[in-house]
Amino acid sequence: MASATPRLLSFLFTPLRLTYPIHAIRTSHRSRTLSFLSFNLRRPNGRLRTVSSFASNGTNGMERMGQKDEERYDVIVVGGGHAGCEAALASARLGARTLLLTLNLDRIAWQPCNPAVGGPAKSQLVHEVDALGGEIGKMADRCYLQKRVLNLSKGPAVRALRAQTDKREYAMEMKKVVESNSNLFIREAMVTEVLIGKNDNIQGVRTFFGMDFFAPSVVLTTGTFMSGKIWVGRASMPAGRAGESASLGLTENLQSLGFETDRLKTGTPARVDCRSVDFSGLEPQYGDEEVSWFSFDPECHIEREQMCCYLTRTTSETHKLIRDNLNETPTYGGWVDAKGPRYCPSIEDKIVRFRDKESHQIFLEPEGRTVPELYVQGFSTGLPERLQLALLRTLPGLENCVMLRPAYAVEYDFLPAYQCSRSLMTKKIEGLFFSGQINGTTGYEEAAAQGIISGINAARHSEGKPVIVLERESSYIGTLIDDLVTKDLREPYRMLTSRSEHRLLLRADNADSRLTPLGREIGLIDDRRWDLYQSKQLRIKEEKERLKNVRVSGGEFAAEVATVSGQPVRDHTTLESILKKPHVQYKLLDKHGFGNENLSKCEKDCVEIDIKYAGFIMRQQSHLQQIVNQEHKRLPEDLDYYSMTTLSHESREKLSKVRPQTIGQASRIGGVSPADITALLIWVESNRRKANQRTQQELLRSGATDNHMAASSPTDSVVQATAI
Amino acid sequence: MASSLIRLLLPWRQPKPHHLFPFSLNPTKTSFLFHLRRCQASTSSPKRLILTQDERSKGSLSTEREAIVGSGTIAAIVTSLGGGPAAVGIVRISGPTAVAVAGQVFRPVKRWKEEGGCVAWRPKSHFVEYGYVLDNDGNVIDEVLAVPMLAPRSYTREDVVELQCHGNDVCLHRVLRACLEAGATLAEPGEFTLRAFLNGRLDLSQAENIARLISAKSAAAADSALAGIQGGFSSLVKSLKIQCIELLTELEARLDFEDELPPLCLPSLIDKISVMRHDLQDALDTANYDKLLQSGLQIAIIGRPNVGKSSLLNAWSKSERAIVTEIAGTTRDVVEANVSIHGIPAMLLDTAGIRETDDIVEKIGVKRSEAAALAADVIIMAISAVDGWSEGDAKLIEHIVTSQKSANQAMTAPMILVINKDDCKPKDLLVSFEEICSGLFKKVVRTCALTGAGISELEKAVLEVRGLEPISSAGRKWTVNQRQFEQLLRAQEAFFRLHTSIEEQLPMDFWTIDLREAALALCQISGDDISEEVLTSIFSKFCIGK
Repeated sequence: MASATPRLLSFLFTPLRLTYPIHAIRTSHRSRTLSFLSFNLRRPNGRLRTVSSFASNGTNGMERMGQKDEERYDVIVVGGGHAGCEAALASARLGARTLLLTLNLDRIAWQPCNPAVGGPAKSQLVHEVDALGGEIGKMADRCYLQKRVLNLSKGPAVRALRAQTDKREYAMEMKKVVESNSNLFIREAMVTEVLIGKNDNIQGVRTFFGMDFFAPSVVLTTGTFMSGKIWVGRASMPAGRAGESASLGLTENLQSLGFETDRLKTGTPARVDCRSVDFSGLEPQYGDEEVSWFSFDPECHIEREQMCCYLTRTTSETHKLIRDNLNETPTYGGWVDAKGPRYCPSIEDKIVRFRDKESHQIFLEPEGRTVPELYVQGFSTGLPERLQLALLRTLPGLENCVMLRPAYAVEYDFLPAYQCSRSLMTKKIEGLFFSGQINGTTGYEEAAAQGIISGINAARHSEGKPVIVLERESSYIGTLIDDLVTKDLREPYRMLTSRSEHRLLLRADNADSRLTPLGREIGLIDDRRWDLYQSKQLRIKEEKERLKNVRVSGGEFAAEVATVSGQPVRDHTTLESILKKPHVQYKLLDKHGFGNENLSKCEKDCVEIDIKYAGFIMRQQSHLQQIVNQEHKRLPEDLDYYSMTTLSHESREKLSKVRPQTIGQASRIGGVSPADITALLIWVESNRRKANQRTQQELLRSGATDNHMAASSPTDSVVQATAI
Repeated sequence: MASSLIRLLLPWRQPKPHHLFPFSLNPTKTSFLFHLRRCQASTSSPKRLILTQDERSKGSLSTEREAIVGSGTIAAIVTSLGGGPAAVGIVRISGPTAVAVAGQVFRPVKRWKEEGGCVAWRPKSHFVEYGYVLDNDGNVIDEVLAVPMLAPRSYTREDVVELQCHGNDVCLHRVLRACLEAGATLAEPGEFTLRAFLNGRLDLSQAENIARLISAKSAAAADSALAGIQGGFSSLVKSLKIQCIELLTELEARLDFEDELPPLCLPSLIDKISVMRHDLQDALDTANYDKLLQSGLQIAIIGRPNVGKSSLLNAWSKSERAIVTEIAGTTRDVVEANVSIHGIPAMLLDTAGIRETDDIVEKIGVKRSEAAALAADVIIMAISAVDGWSEGDAKLIEHIVTSQKSANQAMTAPMILVINKDDCKPKDLLVSFEEICSGLFKKVVRTCALTGAGISELEKAVLEVRGLEPISSAGRKWTVNQRQFEQLLRAQEAFFRLHTSIEEQLPMDFWTIDLREAALALCQISGDDISEEVLTSIFSKFCIGK
């Protein structure tokens, strides 16, 4: 009962806390001691109450003097990758005293695979994280080597920005950001255990060297490190990434707590020395002349010199070499059967499965401005190292290449994410959050998206606030998490545009108008960003208004519009209806002096999209509206699906395993039919009514008793009686 | 937006819902309980955020309706079917757009006359209106009473419109079909009751019964989902579905993996789409044809008095169904007779001769004749060979055409000119007025009602003008149920929009929206799920990835 006290108390103070509005505490110049003091002063009845209550529990290691304050945090984030950094930063910015534990301080936000951020669907994730106040977009904007917009002519919803990044610079810049937050503490450590309280709530973590750190919220972002094992050919060693030790013991600890774990596999290609590559015969791939940005914050929009990528292809020698040595590869040699992703096949997979294709494209991407490494995209392999160089040298331009790092595959433990709710808190242990590859995803962007949500929720949870959930329809982040917690994963999950049912509404250009108000409410968007956001929206609105009212007749402009669109232009046509015509872009308005110079390029894009596709957008929205009402109907968490005889046996099993939170989620679980959903609806509704009836009767009864008691006993005693 | 977010995020800023606790008389205790309850809720249940509305498109959505459980507007025949003709049958429409759907099919007589039927129907709740139901092409299907019951004062607590039609299965099905075409979906068994229950209308004891009913029926439906589809139809749907998924695969793969794939060949893609659209149209035509086979044709025989309409009916139906005299205006009411035209059921309607008259009874009869003509699938205009093409005939046909037009009938029923009493005049004289009216009539047939000559030619002409072939050759004949038809219709609409998107040169991403919808509709028929199918297909078909 005692351990319930802090929670209850903090709940009772919830309304009080309103008088201390929590803005992200960003006092980077202040020394740590000072900021900690100010932290104490600012929040007299918030988190400290929660923290100090642990002392009375007498948990291990807590009695020792001197450590008391330092070992207690509001949030502990385990792992310093892309999920961990976002989580830790979000949490710290929300005012939570946050500890980031990582195996190697020099590998913070490392990009172990492709040195790139963005691409279809992934770029939407980056924009969304940025709109919420996350870091990944700013980092990619700051450290890019090359930027390109993909799918430019295929529609506004699938337009995608991709940046090649300097991976050293990226890691260093992120480290600087992480280090400069006064609420964020970093420590090298290998976590081997999570500490659990009496009520199945998290209390902290234990490290390999026997340290205990305490916090009411813990975020695990272990990436590929949990029991990680890397393979080159037949040789393998325990490692999270090449050259970095794996994290051992945590899997077993989580299993002993009743978590189900499984294993996934992924890989990364070889790196070659760019000085040994002959680029003269290769097709260069330049960046865009007009650079686009991930972040909505213009402060990050600093153009830099761009580097070039190159395109080469596999040859018949490549194919022959692979076919001759198939039995040397893990998959076809048959000594590894963990599941690799379909969208990231090894070169041997490509050649075996697509026999007819004579050649496959291979991209050569620089990994940084100051390093000679080149990433050989599309060429990951499980062949032994002795064959890898020979294989690389079959590629045109790489005939004399020097290999710097061999390609390797990595196997690691993950926790099927049905064990998490959509806040990313585990269903079993209150206050324990999972994010990133531990949930079975792949990609920096997917990790960052989960990271920011778990960071926000970890901070909110430690403060006793309700956690937040992004609905599937609200964002790619919501879609990602909804898929993770409902669907059965058979391979690492990568975000794709086709996973979103209403992607026309989830565009890059409107990520801010979808999510920044939420970021502001949560407390991750400061006044400067908020002002920028509001003035941007105002400009867009006014411009749309202007276009609706300005009319043009005849002239050169009309003539060019007619040529471009192939449609006649009537007299007194509004600029709005001109913009609706096919192939007419805002640029054309600018060209003839009908544009608005106060608008930035991206704002003009917004105006153009809003006007041009208004009909489609409206239709999608009303379509969405129709399903949302039913889909968002809540399902109680303690439903006994096995007792519902109107459900099919299969769906009873699936539903009890996944435990969906809404009807919509339930309907997305494989094997649950529409008839089952109807049965579920009826069951829930009738139970709700039964419960209502009961509550009413109880209230009626207790109301009578309370009235009777009110005269004799003060209200406070009731509080105590409940709390103790 | 911001204020709604505040409400979502910070529930404690909401005014305290004191009304939730009508029994507590102690305010301190109320608020304490209230906090406790909310705190429990906040730990066990995460806060939900519906952020689908982005700030830029604010206000474009209709205001959110609460407590509507069903996702759309449903329609069904709620009176019993198949148990012999009843006097009245009811089609019920329920859901958020019930009024809009009803407004599309229903034309109140009063308004129709006054405003030409162009204004959206704005019914007053619980006030009965009299009018016509029109189909997609604007043909009158039936005269009905519409009973609007607006939310929440209705059975389902949603907007409900009930159309009271004539109790004839054919009529009812046609009215229902019109509702489906106007955007309603066919109600599942027990769905009205389900909605009533979920919207808090029925009491708890009824819940179990509904559950049992629905689980039993849906199990049966699931079993027969594919089994019920006959060979030809099922293979057509399957091949269309596969083509849809193939196209989606091609498009989606290029959206997600742009630089790893060769560019699309757009012209061939567009060709494929138009072929599919054509196939789908064929399927729908066949379904329509099939529907006609089931429900039968309505053939109205009109004409001036005393040209032998009743004799024609008698001769055709080989009965003495109608009274035949020499007196003009003998038939005063609509006389029906059933015949079978090469296996297709048809109902002949003999009508009062249309003329200006002072006789009250005959006047009503004339009105009915006009109504019958408006609702018929085929109109047979009878004239007498003795009189030739008279001025009266010209007036009459003009009258019919204008009334058809005023009923907003986009596609009028085909008309056949029958020159009766053929035995009384030499043929060569008739050629002239065949020419006069060849624009109006699809066919001209000479008959002699007395001898029965020309009846078989007339039957052929009827089939021909309706585009019906006698059911001899198999292959094109399937039975499509209402639900399958509805999905075919959805798919066709999606294809229509896809076609417009292509014509307007919208970017590729927009094509996928309607293609996906078409695929979804087709999958509903065969009972599959496509969500993962496209992805699987992308990965198996294309070599993608690092």
